Amino acid sequence: MYGNDFSAPNGAPDDASGGLLGEVEAAEAELRAAAARGRCVGPAPDEDLAAYFTEVVDAEQKIEPRDWMPDAYRRTLIRQIAQHAHSEIIGMQPEGNWISRAPSLKRKAILLAKVQDEAGHGLYLYAAAETLGISRDELVQLLLDGRQKYSSIFNYPTLSWADVGAIGWLVDGAAIVNQVPLCRCSYGPYARAMIRVCKEESFHQRQGYEILHTLAHGTPAQQAMAQDAVDRWWYPSLAMFGPPDGDSTHSAQSMAWKIKRFSNDDLRQRFVDMCVQQAGILGLRIPDEDLRWNDERQAYDYTQPDYDELMQVISGNGPCNRERMAHRRAAHADGNWVREAAAAYAAKRAGQKETVAA
Amino acid sequence: MTSHSPLWEVFVRARRGLSHTHVGSLHAPDAELALRNARDLYTRRQEGVSIWVVPAGAITASSPDEKDSFFDPAADKVYRHPTFYEVPDGVAHL
Repeated sequence: MYGNDFSAPNGAPDDASGGLLGEVEAAEAELRAAAARGRCVGPAPDEDLAAYFTEVVDAEQKIEPRDWMPDAYRRTLIRQIAQHAHSEIIGMQPEGNWISRAPSLKRKAILLAKVQDEAGHGLYLYAAAETLGISRDELVQLLLDGRQKYSSIFNYPTLSWADVGAIGWLVDGAAIVNQVPLCRCSYGPYARAMIRVCKEESFHQRQGYEILHTLAHGTPAQQAMAQDAVDRWWYPSLAMFGPPDGDSTHSAQSMAWKIKRFSNDDLRQRFVDMCVQQAGILGLRIPDEDLRWNDERQAYDYTQPDYDELMQVISGNGPCNRERMAHRRAAHADGNWVREAAAAYAAKRAGQKETVAA
Repeated sequence: MTSHSPLWEVFVRARRGLSHTHVGSLHAPDAELALRNARDLYTRRQEGVSIWVVPAGAITASSPDEKDSFFDPAADKVYRHPTFYEVPDGVAHL
């Protein structure tokens, strides 16, 4: 039922997100087709496990939890999936900030559903990471101790209601562009989790677009609020694709393992090209004086985000890093009595059953 | 959490007439909460009409790493497939 909660505003570029959704479905079909091709039932008796791993990956088949895999592949996946999960969990905060002040009951209900989805995405991803042999306790602790990162974008504040729209359109839009190729990741549980996540994200992107569309066609004050939100979220959204290809540390190996399919810069370009037309229909300006169509490249030239700022935010010095972490730690501590009570109740019930059985 | 909350595998029947399919896993202290969590986590968009939750520890799995393949005995019995047999021309309903 995703994406059907409301109709897209008139003339909205339906095919932009529809195109991405189409790719998610293609990835899902490919997953089934690869499985149907059979082959790779198990290594031949004299076959080296590493060679077999490479054969499976090269044949576009999936690696599954109990298969042999290189240690570095396992570590890379645990880090990437865990950080992805942490991002979903921390990502509830900027938007959660507006649940109590949403301008109507309809908007509040939609935003609640969206924030609940983010929690769900975090849980799908934690479950996928756990198939690699790390426990949920460890994963949660890695986040709470600050030993693993989450996406830098969530360290920016949501100052107005229009920010909720800008997050949906730009931040979720960038996330989809980043994540759609992950539906084809060589690790089965991650690929399957991403298919589920991407289908739900398209609802998020459209709800954001609709909020901005409504504001951009409202009073001058509402238009100004929408423009201000886009002005503040544009460059941080471009930075979500990570450092430029030359400086990206994990790319080449991840490409060979088919964890990653496109370079940071390729995905960033794709996002910019999508947004220009969508901004036009919103009637909002992308805050880049040098944004223009390049006929030769068949793509838009654009100004790069400030990567020094990105590094600062990643290092903990963004506007909201401390607030986000303090909030997460407090929420975890405050929930402790619930976990303990549920465990005590489960133990009591198990005890009762044993007594009856005896 | 793992200490109080074991892992459960979740299976969902999408519609009547289909079998339950594995959709993922979650943590819960007992079976009842596992079912409720599974509903909230895996069927927020009417993806199912029935859910099974199974303690992950109760599942015994074959190992894909076994060099002498566990599934080998099935490999040389092509006569189990209907395509193995030659059907004379003109035979109907076979």
